[in-house]
Formats: sequence, C-alpha cells, structure tokens
Amino acid sequence: MSDASSSGRTPSHSNILMRAILVYALLGAGLVVALYVASNAADFAMRVHGGIFALAALAALIAVTRRYGSAFQQPALAGTGDDRGYNFAIVKVGTVLSVFWGIVGFLVGVVIAAQLAFPELNLGLPWTTFGRLRPLHTSAVIFAFGGTVLITTSFYVVQRTCQTRLFGDILPWFVFWGYQLVILIAATGYLLGATQSREYAEPEWYTDIWLTIVWVGYLVTFLGTIWKRKEPHIYVANWFYLAFIVTIAMLHIVNNLAVPVSLMSSKSYSLFAGVQDALTQWWYAHNAVGFFLTAGFLAIMYYFIPKRAERPVYSYRLSIVHFWSLIFIYIWAGPHHLHYTALPQWAQTLGMTFSVMLWMPSWGGAINGVMTLSGAWDKLRTDPVLRMMVVSVAFYAMSTFEGPVMSVRAVNALSHYTDWTIGHVHSGALGWVGFVSFGALYCLVPWLWGKKQLYSNRLVEVHFWVATIGIVLYITSMWVAGIMQGLMWRAYNELGFLSFSFIETVEAMEPFYLIRLAGGVLYLLGAFIMAYNLWMTARGPSAAPNPMRAIPQAAE
Amino acid sequence: MTDQKEIDDHSGVETTQHVWDGIKELNNPLPRWWLWIFYATVIWSVIYWIFMPAWPLVSSYTPGLRGHSDRANVAQDLVEMYAERAAYAVRLNEASLEQIRSTPELLEFAIAAGDAAFGENCAPCHGRGAQGAPGYPNLNDDIWLWGGSLDEIAYTIRYGIRNENTSSHFSQMPAYGADGILTQTEIDDVTEYVISLSGGDANAAMARRGAGIYAEQCAACHGPTGGGDRLFGAPNLADREWLYGGDRETIRATIADSRFGVMPPWEDRLDPATLRALAVWVHERGGGED
Repeated sequence: MSDASSSGRTPSHSNILMRAILVYALLGAGLVVALYVASNAADFAMRVHGGIFALAALAALIAVTRRYGSAFQQPALAGTGDDRGYNFAIVKVGTVLSVFWGIVGFLVGVVIAAQLAFPELNLGLPWTTFGRLRPLHTSAVIFAFGGTVLITTSFYVVQRTCQTRLFGDILPWFVFWGYQLVILIAATGYLLGATQSREYAEPEWYTDIWLTIVWVGYLVTFLGTIWKRKEPHIYVANWFYLAFIVTIAMLHIVNNLAVPVSLMSSKSYSLFAGVQDALTQWWYAHNAVGFFLTAGFLAIMYYFIPKRAERPVYSYRLSIVHFWSLIFIYIWAGPHHLHYTALPQWAQTLGMTFSVMLWMPSWGGAINGVMTLSGAWDKLRTDPVLRMMVVSVAFYAMSTFEGPVMSVRAVNALSHYTDWTIGHVHSGALGWVGFVSFGALYCLVPWLWGKKQLYSNRLVEVHFWVATIGIVLYITSMWVAGIMQGLMWRAYNELGFLSFSFIETVEAMEPFYLIRLAGGVLYLLGAFIMAYNLWMTARGPSAAPNPMRAIPQAAE
Repeated sequence: MTDQKEIDDHSGVETTQHVWDGIKELNNPLPRWWLWIFYATVIWSVIYWIFMPAWPLVSSYTPGLRGHSDRANVAQDLVEMYAERAAYAVRLNEASLEQIRSTPELLEFAIAAGDAAFGENCAPCHGRGAQGAPGYPNLNDDIWLWGGSLDEIAYTIRYGIRNENTSSHFSQMPAYGADGILTQTEIDDVTEYVISLSGGDANAAMARRGAGIYAEQCAACHGPTGGGDRLFGAPNLADREWLYGGDRETIRATIADSRFGVMPPWEDRLDPATLRALAVWVHERGGGED
C-alpha cells in the first residue's frame, strides 16, 4: 500500500519480498482454513464452499507467484506503474465477464418465467425449483451482471477522469476476482439450499464476510485512485461511484448482522427479530436499488453519455443538487415496502413521503442525461448506441416516477404483492440498468481493443429494437396482470366473503405469464446479438495504435 | 484556469471550465419546473406529517391531527364484519337441512361462506370446481365414500380421513402384493375380476379364478358384488367410477400396494360456522343425500 505515497518510485527487492511474504502468508492461511472447512463442515453446502475457497486460494497463489516473479526481474513493474499507462487489462476482463453474466442472468430469468407458466419445468428436483432459481436470477442480474459492470466501468472511468493508473498492483485484481468468487459462492449456495432468505441478500454469513473484505479493497482502490488524480476536481461520475461503494458497504454490513449456528455450518440467524428484521431487510433492499442500481448506473450515464454525444453535461449545478438530495432522501424510503404490515404507521408515513420527495431528485439525473444531447440530437438517428443510452434514461425517468406513485399507501394497497411490482422492477432493470450497461459495453469494446468502430451498427440497431419490444411486452403484461391480480384479491361480496380464491387469481395470470416469457426471450436474444457483435468487434481489424492507452503526462 | 469565461458555442451557456477526459460541464441553472415540483412534494409531505402519524418520539410518535390508526380501523372493520355474520352463524349451526333449505337468506349465506372457504382450503386437492383429481373424490356426483347426508359430510370435513385426529374416519386396505398376501398371478386374476365387476373387457378365465380370491379377500369390505361399504369407506367397484383410475395397470397397483388417501381434520383450522357452511356447499353441489 506504499504505492500511493511513493508515486513513480521503484520499490527495492527487499520491499517486494516483504510484500510477497505477507501475501503468501494470507493466502496460505486462507487455504488451510478453506481445506479444514471443506473436510469438516457440518453440511454439504459448507463443504462445497470450503472446496471452492480452497481452489480460489490455490489459483491466487499461482497468479501471485507469477506476478512477483516478474516484479523481481523488473522492479519497476511493482511501482505505481503510471509509466505503464492505464490498467485496462482488468477493464477488458470485466467487459467480457459483464457480457457473460448478463446472458446467464437473463437466461435464468427466462427459465423461471417459463416455470411460472409451466410448473412442470421445476423438474421435481430441489435444485431446479423456482424457489432456488429465483434468487439465482436476481443475484445473477443485479450482482453478477450489474456488479461486474459497475466495478468494470468504475475502474475505467476513475482512471480516465483522474488521468492516473488504477491504485494498487495486486489490489484491484483481488477486488475483481474476489467479487467473482462472491458470485460463485452465492450462486452455488442457492442451488444447494444455503440461503438467509433475505431478498437480494440471500448469501450466508461467510459469503457476507468475504464480500465485506472485498468491498473494503474496492473502496481503497477507488479512493486511492482519486487521491492520486492529476485533475484538480473530482468528476460527478466519481461522486456517484463513491456514494455507491460507501453506502453499499454500510447497508451490507448492517443487514447481514447474523449469528452462525456454528463456524462449521452454513446456517445463520439474523440479529434482528420480527418487524425490526423486516425493516432492516427493506431498508437494505430498497437502498440496494437506490445506491447499486441507481447511483452506480447514474455514474455510468454521467461518463458515457457526454463522452458518446461529445457534448458538455447539461448542468453542473443540477448534478450537485440532485446528487445530494438523492442520497439524502433515498436512504429513508425503505419502509414503503412494508405498508399495511406490523410496521408502525409513522414509519410507513415517512417511507411514503420520502419516496414522493425522491421523485425530482431522481429526475435530476434524467434531465442531465437527456439535455446533455442538446446540440447533438441528430446523433440519435445515426448512433444506435447513443439512442440505447438515451432510451435507458427515459426508462429511468419512467420507473422513478412509477416508484413514488406505488409508494403512496392508497396505491400500494392495490399494487403490493402483485406482479405490478415485478413489472416496475423490470422497467428499471431491463430498461434503465440493462440499456445503459449495454451502451457502456458498446462504447468500451472498441476503445479497449483499439478498434475504430463496432463490427456492426446495424446489429446494435437490431439489438435495440428486439430488446425494446421485449421490455414493452414485459412491463405492459405485468401492469395488466398485477392490477387484475390486485383487483381480484380485494373483490368481495356484500356478505364480506372473497369473490375469488387464490388459485383463481393464479389461473387468470397465465396468459400474461406467457406474454412476459416472450418479452424475456426477446431481451435474451438481444443480449446474444450484442455478444456476437462485441466478439466480432474485438476480433476485427485494429485501428492505429490505441491512442487512449497512454496517460497524458501533463494535466491541464 | 483563467478568469475568462468559456462559452459553449451551441447553447451560448458558460461552462464550469473543468475538463475531464474531454468532458465539460455547462453551468445551466436548475430548471424552474424541476425546482418547483420538488418544493411542492416537500410541502405536501409536511402537510401529510401534520395530519397523519409521522415522526417517532422517545416512547411514542406524533399522532397527527386526524388521529388515524390502521390497526384501530382494521379492528373496527373486523368487529363489524363478524357482528354482521354472527346472526347467520348461530342460526346455521343450529338449523337442520330442511330449515336451511327453506330459509333463502340462510342458504345464500351458507353457499357464499362455503364457496369462499372451499376456494382457499379445499380447492388445492378437490379442484376449484370440486371436480376432483386422481386420488381426490369428485364432490359434484352422488357417489360418497363415507356418506352423503349433510351430517355425514359435515363429519368428514370436521374430522377428516386417516389422520392423527382420534375421531377421523379410518380404514386400511391390505397391500396384497407388497405384504405378500397374494402372488403375482393371483393379483392379476383379481384384477381381471374387478374389471369384470363393472362390465369391463376382462379375460374370462382369469376373472373366474379371481372371483374366488375376491370372495375370500375383498368381499368383506367391498361387498360380494363390488357394491362397496361406507362403513369402511370402501369404494363401489361396479359403478365404473374410479378414484385412482380404472385401467388395468392402476387397478393392479391399487391391489398390490394399497392406497391410503388422507384428508386433514378441518376442525383444527376452521370455525364451526365455516365447517357447517362448507358441508352445506358440498351437499348442495347436486349429489347430497337427505
């Protein structure tokens, strides 16, 4: 960690040796613990996870040995490395894995959508039931796809906007692969039935501890890079990335406070009970939407839209005001997930009113995103990548209006527990998070692989339309289904008896489940088209030597 | 940095003079409409806080001018609903079938209550239309395993079948194959005989051999001609209606491995008036006996 202070200095051999010994000691200790758990754990999931951790430690030992081997021969490699240019290798790996996780997440989504329409597809096996695949889908899209996109783009953006190489040598790689390990442990845990049953926080206690360690590394990497920036000011995208990193750390730790049954068991129990537990969970889950899926992806928008449109950001003042109002107000909105429950009504009131006040702070980002195009509107016709990102902002605006509406108690009384909520989430996830990520990936691949342009703009066009039609099918079917479901649930006759049994409301959903499935298939198809296009781009003929690789030596 | 303002060519707006990786920022003011809507949502929230429960205090909370309470409202609604139903519930519990049938509003209440309760509790096995499924009897026809009068139906619903409740209906058919009572050949012969009881397409020679075994092993419960016996919940084997299926394979499996259909005791979950209403609802499907 001495890199930051010794900018440009070459470490000595003994310095490298000391660092190597420390890293080996940590990895060795990790390997021993993992092997012990793998052979002695009380349940199967824990043994499997001990084995996965052990394999990861072995892989890390090999990678670190190779790294230090070359560092010994060329000590300069272990320095800050600004002379080596930006650390784009990690961004490249992240770009590839983002596409991979996107496809995995969408595919599992299509499978569980099909299971709802055709229950036989549960296959009668515990590992393939909807109950286990559903968290696999949500975690795969939010944390595997979304998280990898966020780490990848943040590592790119922070370097470019600070004009300096990513802080640390092994640290960023630890963050990157450590996070991938979290995904692997979480996903295998779900299939084996190891879950905390906390929405969007299903991984068990040891996964949570590991993620905490990785996340601290992420914060250090990001802050360290900002610390040694060569620009006088910190760009707005980096504020949003930082808000995302810091707040997710806080949310993650508090929500996952739990006591394991034993150190050899994958099972744990929450520190909170009853409605306190529910409120902690929804405080976390709502702000995971706010700080992971909103703040983090706003950071992507703030870099990639002005960059792609080649226009200035519309309003610096708006970016300041909407940033601070967004992060201050968002953190209060969680209780709106618990309207008309055991949660005290005053807490419901606060959750609802802060959600309504959140409307304009959310829209501030949409205004800045769309208005940045003034002077470049014509590019929407010619550049499908830019169009994708602008449409993502439109979906962002739509779902951040829908959210406050649904948080109003009278509306929530109808919408809560119905598929309207699922539709709302997906207009944000498919429209906003997905499209802005696709836009960033379409930008990144030619930049990183040194190509003049994408393999085919026409295929981006096809991706855009296929995916947009998919989203429209998805959200309209869920609106109709959700409102119908809510109305059927609350229908009763003059004697106060329910007009419909639950199973009748489920039967009525079937056509809409089928339409939703079709929408999901289209969206997945679009992702395959993107993967092909990006693959062909990376393989295509190179432009002149990559002009973006070198760090400008004298900042303005 | 210079003191000279930089003006964006296209919009004529000054920039903040910062550049990051080629990205600049315009110094546009906050859009007015944006700011005013933001203020409006804040003012609306403050007004809402004044009227409704809103802010936590040390050991209580600000109740708001309207003194609104969800819990009190729901409790009140429930009291009113039960009061409205109470008169019917008492009458329903005491009335005979004739009295229920001759009192239209009581019958209407029982059917409405029974329909709602059936949809939530019984439909998963018997189907929303009470049409049944393999192993779960159709409740619309006039075939009754344990009796089809109002009181018999009520008893079955209340205590269930083959469960841990001491009052539940109970009987157990032997597993003739699994327990080694009959040989495979004997089971095949009885199978043919059972098929022949309802006039099915049976192998005559085998059925003749099976008749003897049937008389010895099965007739005690299912009757000498397969008419069944409600005392044991033993199905009629001659009516071409099958609980588990009337094809050769299924009948053979039933004889070899037996069946053990279970129904829960609903007195554990439903109040007496609802149980009674369910019995009326099932009885009035069309197959109820007097």
